[in-house]
Amino acid sequence: MKIAFTSKGTNPESLIDPRFGRTDFILLYDEETDQYTSLDNREVQQTAHGAGPQTAAKLFNLKPDVLITGNGPGGNAATALKQMKIKIFTGAGQKTVKEAYEAYKAGELSEY
Amino acid sequence: MRIAIASGKGGTGKTTLAVNLAHYISQNRPVLLCDLDVEEPDSGLFLPGNLKEKREIFRNVPSWESKNCNLCGFCQEVCNFHSIIKLGNQIMVFPELCHSCYACSELCPCESLPMVPVKIGDISLHKDGLFTFVESRLEIGQEQAVPLISRSLTYLEEQFPDPLLKILDSPPGTSCPVIETVKGSDFVILVTEPTPFGLHDLKLAVEAVKNLGKAFAVVINRNGLGNTGVEDYCIKEKIRILAKIENRREIAELYSRGELIYPKIPQVRRELDKVILFLQDLAKERL
Amino acid sequence: MKEIVVISGKGGTGKTSLAASFSVLGGAEIVTADCDVDAADMHLLLEPDFSQTEDFHSGLLAYIDQDRCSSFGNCKGVCRFKAVAVIEGQHKILPLECEGCGYCARVCPTGAIKMTERAVGKWYSSRIKTGGTMIHAKLDVGGENSGKLVAKVKTEAKKIAQREGKGIVLVDGSPGIGCPVVSSLTGADFVLFVTEPTVSGLHDLARVHSLVKRFGIQSGCIINKADLNPEIAEQTMDFLKQEKILPIALLPYDENFTKAMVMGKTIVEHAPEGLGKLVSEAWGNITEIIEEKGE
Repeated sequence: MKIAFTSKGTNPESLIDPRFGRTDFILLYDEETDQYTSLDNREVQQTAHGAGPQTAAKLFNLKPDVLITGNGPGGNAATALKQMKIKIFTGAGQKTVKEAYEAYKAGELSEY
Repeated sequence: MRIAIASGKGGTGKTTLAVNLAHYISQNRPVLLCDLDVEEPDSGLFLPGNLKEKREIFRNVPSWESKNCNLCGFCQEVCNFHSIIKLGNQIMVFPELCHSCYACSELCPCESLPMVPVKIGDISLHKDGLFTFVESRLEIGQEQAVPLISRSLTYLEEQFPDPLLKILDSPPGTSCPVIETVKGSDFVILVTEPTPFGLHDLKLAVEAVKNLGKAFAVVINRNGLGNTGVEDYCIKEKIRILAKIENRREIAELYSRGELIYPKIPQVRRELDKVILFLQDLAKERL
Repeated sequence: MKEIVVISGKGGTGKTSLAASFSVLGGAEIVTADCDVDAADMHLLLEPDFSQTEDFHSGLLAYIDQDRCSSFGNCKGVCRFKAVAVIEGQHKILPLECEGCGYCARVCPTGAIKMTERAVGKWYSSRIKTGGTMIHAKLDVGGENSGKLVAKVKTEAKKIAQREGKGIVLVDGSPGIGCPVVSSLTGADFVLFVTEPTVSGLHDLARVHSLVKRFGIQSGCIINKADLNPEIAEQTMDFLKQEKILPIALLPYDENFTKAMVMGKTIVEHAPEGLGKLVSEAWGNITEIIEEKGE
């Protein structure tokens, strides 16, 4: 499965970014190949409105099965993500990406 | 004549003044009060019912029709507000982000984005003798106040032409929603409190109103509460102070219960008389 | 690092004064973010030094290059906001009306219209009287408020908190229920509502709470000027119970609150034994709650 994380950096030791729409990076982990790829989302800082949909569109192109984040997406982003039929887990707020993945596997995160 | 009651800072007594002034005037003459603080319209909490009419207000946003769409994604490119995105073989529209510019709809090569109405709020009309009350209320989840304010002003224009005196309770602050309200008015009364926050935000409000080329004056609410900073500023800048309403716990208590102030407090009536006299002179000047 | 956001639905409940008090109580160990950018007032109590400043841009503004304009008028034909005017025979953009949609630029046959970034204000990074850092901003008059400036202020505050190892970011949020409030709320660990026992106060509290509910963030409430109307104070407490919002404090109506502000001080500096003590206790409650959350 492909797991996407909203993160503050480009590697598994980076902290989870609690936001979705204005997240700094999206880190994608492919369970099969054990590879991480990252997407730099920081141009969203220039976005006055519509950060949620804008980021959702980018996420879509990565084709993840699961999204792990901190607080959860805002209203618009949530609507977009619903269309993607992706499972969303929240509560990873203070963790690193790696820790968040372990928490997800252990069933410790909440499903949005 | 349209009089906007505004303030830089929230909580200075804008609605209190608007409601009491309008209701007091209505004891003798026809007057209309319009609550344009669409995100948090509170005037109605102080006024008796008598709902006469309620209309839903809409604006147009694009809606995707998949039939002829070739999924070129030009709409996503065209939209500066990120309110339309392409997710694989689907186009998603986010009405709350849409500014209704019609660009995507009219530039779509396949005519797959017809514009459809979406509800942004309600305008309700209440009447009680000489007093007409119009409230504009933004739907929760709708993030843009300006389109509703704009439509409300048009509604007033069409349904209640001059010479009816119209008092507009504005949103607080100095950003777009206030600007929209003030743009649609003939004179602005800025309500402030005699404190450092009050003075700071009054200066911002004065700047805003001057930028729009509108004539204005100040009402100081809760006078005696803080210091003379606001009064000194007005004198220095040659800004007319129309009235000074005293700071009294009694007034705060009446307000807390949703009651009108002027029937119970003579000092308030006297100050409102000053404002009314001024407005009468203003109306004569304009003729 | 935890984020506490202070909001009210209604203005004038004492939100900013209380947030400033918390900033003083938190001292140099916290970072303060004034996200009430439309009418930013916290700086009046915290003596910021405005040491760093940057322009802030939000949205776009159309601009017609008169040298390339051939007066086709397509721009005026498509603009839904009446932002194109013909002044002395020339097509010009009216900045106050322009929404920045870019439609005109797309249909101009000579490419005479450019979309430019609109400067709408400035943001500042300051050392404040506690030795801590505050990030604040000033939106220009008529400037478009949006989630973006609020997000910028919060991001900078969090960056500093991260860099300097500070445990708490305290956010003075925006009033109302629109975009800026949502942006104030995202990423929060705890939301503190400040309300007053009046019909307007309760009405607006309910409206803004429905927004917070969506995010499922733990929240608490301070009822300010509580003895002004005991009946509505009680109704408010019922509402809090119903919605599982933690009651944090009931503060009495006290003119010291304003007297402090007039002197450029927070209530905890001006009346440390009276009202200040209650505010101190409230802060103690809040920090305890968010610390527990971490475990």
